[in-house]
Amino acid sequence: MSALDKDVVCVDGELIASRRVGAYQHLTFVAPGIAELARPGHFVALSVGGPTSANLLRRCFSIHQVTPSGTYGGTVDVVVSAVGVGTEWVTGLRPHETTSIIGPLGRPFPLPTVDDPADAPACVLVGGGYGSAPLFWLAERLRERGCHVEMVLGAATESRLFGVVDARRAADGVTICTDDGSLGHRGWISEVLPVVIRRSRAQVVYACGPMGMLQSVTEIAAAHGAVAQVAVEEAMACGVGVCMTCVMPVQGKDGQTRMVRSCVEGPVFRGDRVRWDAFSGGLCTVPDDAVGAAGMRAH
Amino acid sequence: MSHAVSMPDTAPAPPSDQAAAVDLRVDIGPSGAPQILPNPLMTASGCAANGPELHRFFDVTELGAFVTKSVMREPRSGRGTPRMAETPSGMLNSIGLQGPGIDAFVSTDLRWLAEHDARVLVSIAGGSATEFAEVAATLAESRDFDHVVVGVEVNISCPNVANRGQVFACDPQASAKVMTLVRESLPRDTPIIAKLSPDVTNIADIAAACLKAGASGLTMINTTLGMVIDLDRMRPQVAGITGGLSGPAVRPMAVRAIWQVTSAMREGRMPTVPIIGVGGVRTGRDALELIVAGATAVQVGTVTFNDPLAPVRVRDELAAELADRGFGSVSDAVGAAHPR
Repeated sequence: MSALDKDVVCVDGELIASRRVGAYQHLTFVAPGIAELARPGHFVALSVGGPTSANLLRRCFSIHQVTPSGTYGGTVDVVVSAVGVGTEWVTGLRPHETTSIIGPLGRPFPLPTVDDPADAPACVLVGGGYGSAPLFWLAERLRERGCHVEMVLGAATESRLFGVVDARRAADGVTICTDDGSLGHRGWISEVLPVVIRRSRAQVVYACGPMGMLQSVTEIAAAHGAVAQVAVEEAMACGVGVCMTCVMPVQGKDGQTRMVRSCVEGPVFRGDRVRWDAFSGGLCTVPDDAVGAAGMRAH
Repeated sequence: MSHAVSMPDTAPAPPSDQAAAVDLRVDIGPSGAPQILPNPLMTASGCAANGPELHRFFDVTELGAFVTKSVMREPRSGRGTPRMAETPSGMLNSIGLQGPGIDAFVSTDLRWLAEHDARVLVSIAGGSATEFAEVAATLAESRDFDHVVVGVEVNISCPNVANRGQVFACDPQASAKVMTLVRESLPRDTPIIAKLSPDVTNIADIAAACLKAGASGLTMINTTLGMVIDLDRMRPQVAGITGGLSGPAVRPMAVRAIWQVTSAMREGRMPTVPIIGVGGVRTGRDALELIVAGATAVQVGTVTFNDPLAPVRVRDELAAELADRGFGSVSDAVGAAHPR
């Protein structure tokens, strides 16, 4: 007899809506059971290519939103950027086609404990490109607790921003920036974030996007005395903790750095715990002081 | 079944009466010391972590045996990333045997498996024959060894420090030395299963050397060495440069290796021992292919990344495949494709 909690679901998800949003595809699947368990920051792992697919590895997407009991049963929304065979297959799915979905997976964004809404900390939510996908849902949860919520969305160009309209509804203030100036401030998130943190007196900065952006957000948050909670994008093969490919060096509460799986111990980490010094040029090395690094030098 | 996950529309139909009647029990023990498992399905080392992760999807007691990730003497961080690349019907991986070291393994991982009544085939590795023996000895002395460990799988596809990093499994003498020292470190009746690499000129020669030196069974096959180049960055895609190729793409190599070694056994060139087949098994039909080539038990590896329920699903599909062909038991099908 299994003594386990039912904390994860594996279902055939039926696509019921698919629409183009700028450079991305926004997909809604009927996936009973996931919505009830999911919280902002969780992700789902989709199989691609059908039951005899030559692409065996799951594709993982952060959950954009969930609806526990719609007309069709619980639904899960994801935002996909088609950049390879797997994501192209997913974005090419047509309504009523299905694929296997496992979720919710990972650790969600930690929410501040608020006893008196008057004391709720102000928060800044930072999304790079479609990394903004889980932040609107997070913004709602934070505002329910009484938090003042600002959003900062950045991308290379306007079509690669996601959720500008949603942000104006979900947050108390929105700042947009694009590298080419096609919408909002011309420049990087790191140029506008200090102003937003100071103006809102934010104590927590949540971020999701490319690694370079997350490192920069972490440094800026620290410089302003705020805590950064970052959701990383690491390549995963399984999403459930068995393949050991999505590891990254993270310092534990005991001060020791370990190569931890971003799928089960993340994808959300406290920014100041991530060993950003190990990342460079698309590679991540094992820091010399990491647990087990000496064992690797032996052979 | 008492699966922890709900599976509204995807649960397979209950097995037919014929499938339910198939005797799935198998014996992976050395001659004279049976080690009976309730069914032939196992996880594959390095594809299932050490238990809790898959126990969210199915009860680990449903497996014939849970095969743990290869453990060495010291804790290992594993390599940097990227560690993997998807390939046609498979993947390339270069993890670097990340693990807690044998002391933490027995106190934490093996303890958890014992608390959950798993049958465990413990995979061990080393950079020298002595290290293999030390890991085996620590395991044998652990409190849970007698009641959870159904055998020790010896992963000899690791670099031999003393021989400029040539993997043990490519050298019959080095493989034999590992088996001899591991044999001396474990109780006489413990199954010792040598896991062989397909990257050799004659796999039957390596198998024979392992059996002569004390192995009581064989697992075939480990990954085969491969490489993928990232054409955007114009450099190897995995940080370890080369990696192990696995998945359905390598299944014909597994069938071939099992077939060749089974043929050698049938010709009397080496003793007949249990073979555990592994390599790209995705369905019950795939499992049956390895069994009729000569395997007694079957591991599901890379496909678990695609379907975490695969090891149990394949078990049920295998029962149906056997029933469809009139086999009353797994053992009736072992080696059935060989000339009678």
